[in-house]
Amino acid sequence: MALFFKGSAGGGTFPRGVHPPEWKTYSEDAAIEVVPPPRKVMLPLLQNVGAPSKPIVKPKAMVAFGEKVADGGAFVSAPLHAPIAGKVLKTGVTTLANGRHVSAIPIKADGDQLSGQALYDEILGGEWPKDGFEKFDIQEIVDAIQGAGIVGLGGAAFPTHVKYVPNEKKPIHTVLINGCECEPYLTSDYRLMLEAPEAIVSGALVAGRVTGAKEIFIGIEDNKPKAVEALRKAAAGTSIQVAVLKTKYPQGSEKQLILALTGKKVPVGGLPLDVGIAVSNVGTATAMARAVLRGKPLTHRVVTVTGGGITNPKNLLAPIGIPLGELIDFCGGLTDDAARMISGGPMMGFSFTDLNSPVTKGTSGVTILTAAEVKKAEETTCVRCGRCVDVCPMNLVPTKLALASRHKDIELAKRYNIMACFECGSCAYICPASIPLVQLVRTGKAVVIADSKK
Amino acid sequence: MAEKTQQSESAPEKAAPVLHVAPSPHLSSTDLTTRRMMIDVLIALAPVVAMALYVFQMYAVKQLLICVGSCLAAEALFTRMRGRDLTLNDYSVSVTGVILALSLPGTAPWYVGFIASFAAVGIGKTLFGGLGMNIFNPAMVGRAFVMIAFATALGASGYHDPAAAVDAVTQATPMDVYKQSGVVAPLWDLFFGFTNGSLGETSALACIIGGIYLCFRRTASWEIPVGVIGAVAVLAGIGNLMNPGSDWTVLHHLAGGSLLFGAFFIATDPVSSPLTPRGKLIFGAGVGALIMLLRAYSGYPEGVMFAVLLMNSVTPLINRWTIPRPLGAVTA
Repeated sequence: MALFFKGSAGGGTFPRGVHPPEWKTYSEDAAIEVVPPPRKVMLPLLQNVGAPSKPIVKPKAMVAFGEKVADGGAFVSAPLHAPIAGKVLKTGVTTLANGRHVSAIPIKADGDQLSGQALYDEILGGEWPKDGFEKFDIQEIVDAIQGAGIVGLGGAAFPTHVKYVPNEKKPIHTVLINGCECEPYLTSDYRLMLEAPEAIVSGALVAGRVTGAKEIFIGIEDNKPKAVEALRKAAAGTSIQVAVLKTKYPQGSEKQLILALTGKKVPVGGLPLDVGIAVSNVGTATAMARAVLRGKPLTHRVVTVTGGGITNPKNLLAPIGIPLGELIDFCGGLTDDAARMISGGPMMGFSFTDLNSPVTKGTSGVTILTAAEVKKAEETTCVRCGRCVDVCPMNLVPTKLALASRHKDIELAKRYNIMACFECGSCAYICPASIPLVQLVRTGKAVVIADSKK
Repeated sequence: MAEKTQQSESAPEKAAPVLHVAPSPHLSSTDLTTRRMMIDVLIALAPVVAMALYVFQMYAVKQLLICVGSCLAAEALFTRMRGRDLTLNDYSVSVTGVILALSLPGTAPWYVGFIASFAAVGIGKTLFGGLGMNIFNPAMVGRAFVMIAFATALGASGYHDPAAAVDAVTQATPMDVYKQSGVVAPLWDLFFGFTNGSLGETSALACIIGGIYLCFRRTASWEIPVGVIGAVAVLAGIGNLMNPGSDWTVLHHLAGGSLLFGAFFIATDPVSSPLTPRGKLIFGAGVGALIMLLRAYSGYPEGVMFAVLLMNSVTPLINRWTIPRPLGAVTA
């Protein structure tokens, strides 16, 4: 495809990586549907990287749609807002899809609810300006983002305001809006790019204004030409450049995206900030636009429900806190051959069992795989073929990390830079011996961290 | 009663989905397994085996049957002794057997192949903990064992039998002829393989065809043969320049002996070679340099086996030297 972004210093891709089957076809043509308002939501107090949120409402209190129910517990934290109008119940405990038990604020629906097209328009519809951002004060923008409880919606859930607080020592010169969606199956970002490109452009311009960045890129993989077209159209007349990247996993990983677009390498253990870059997902961009331009908090997000194990794959606009089970029901339920429920995509998502686990700010999708899709060969011994080395986007030696982990050899694990691994799963995907490399690296990391705390 | 039975039968059907949990990633590439890699090696060896059968006829058949059979038997025996499950179906033992047979002279008596096989699987592999654990290339361990134990059968004179019915076997090996008398074999004979030698080494063409397939499938890493061939070409080239009168040219060095067989099929054994591309290149270059050293200065006409074994022993060291720098590594 001649769409490759020629001007990018990084050449439009990163070295190594894998190309798993994309399977976007399940849900790519399903327009975003609004989930009917649930009878109850559970808002986990820990949905972001950093400190948990602190509740500010008492049980039995009545809250309106969008009303703040919890404050950020620290600088690296985020407030929470009611996604429905209703009554606060006694604080409970919920199990997140990743298995963590966390406190949560339950809200029982009460009163009139915004729903259907009206809700869609409220969140994504209406006019999104392309200019006039100079009138916003920088601190005002940061406050709006922080106040709206925005975290990275791509999955990492890092509080967004932290990235955009003016930092004199490390000024931001480039903003990257991430529309790669390199996880197989998921299409939530794709649908958002098709249906609300103007909101993404507004959000990108907000990010550009708050950072004073010289360049703003929106990066999209070349398997989504329609999204590229929609965003180019929406961004016409602005300084935003829509960059087309090679379809490869994990192109949408922050460090890989930065490398692909700017040629810069984020230091191990560092943040994009260290190389003067801020990266936000396209969903985050729309939330930022909504917070700054309309003063509205983050209450809903787009969630793809997909895979061979779901009856009707869909892209949903879902309230944060709705049980994952309700989304599955809304999509017609599981098929008979469903074998694994995953929160997120199949490469980095967590398999979950509790249908009451809530959608959180970081839930980009629910992937239900069939027995055939998750079929895995029996584990055999490593013959040191080096395939894992050939695909590791971080340039590590996964088989050595796995060995170090098995033997709890902290010295070896450190020598092979175990902490640089971000668990993308490329190695375990490709391994001819079906060795659970990522899981071994995770346990290895835990051992290394425990040791460093001694 | 009947109604009840029907109900209980239909109930579990409705509850059909059986859900599992597992760590990510939940997808795995299915087009490559360890077994498939071993089958690739066997496919790549096919032209070499075909050429061996054509040139050495019954000698090749006999040696292949003995080695593969003995390797399988040895694996069965040793895994049983270790109380492990038999893993013959991954074909790795068959690969060892075929490579071992192809590295031996067809004229070697039956017990040579038999003992070499047991040494290969037993000392070369099982002793270290089985597949994936061995430090040395098992086939080369087996060959080294019999080379020392049966010096005559594997010495240069062991290769030829003037009374043999097969043409190739009636001549001495080209490497030996050159070493002893300085007579140079025609390059084309070396290239196509109508000469005497170990079963699999004579045809450069067959090794190149199989080797390219292996590298193309990425079952063998191209860095290793490139390293070996590159080092030999450079060193032989320097030798030629210093000794312009010699008729044994760079091309003779490349096509002669077991260089290409070694470069593509022996040095590329993943278990006993380094992990990273850079390490593989260093390893290959080391093998090539040692081959040239042994060819030029040792008492043996050929040095592939010892070169590979020596480099195998430094593989852990190469791995340690070539730990890749992670993306964004902070420069010290």
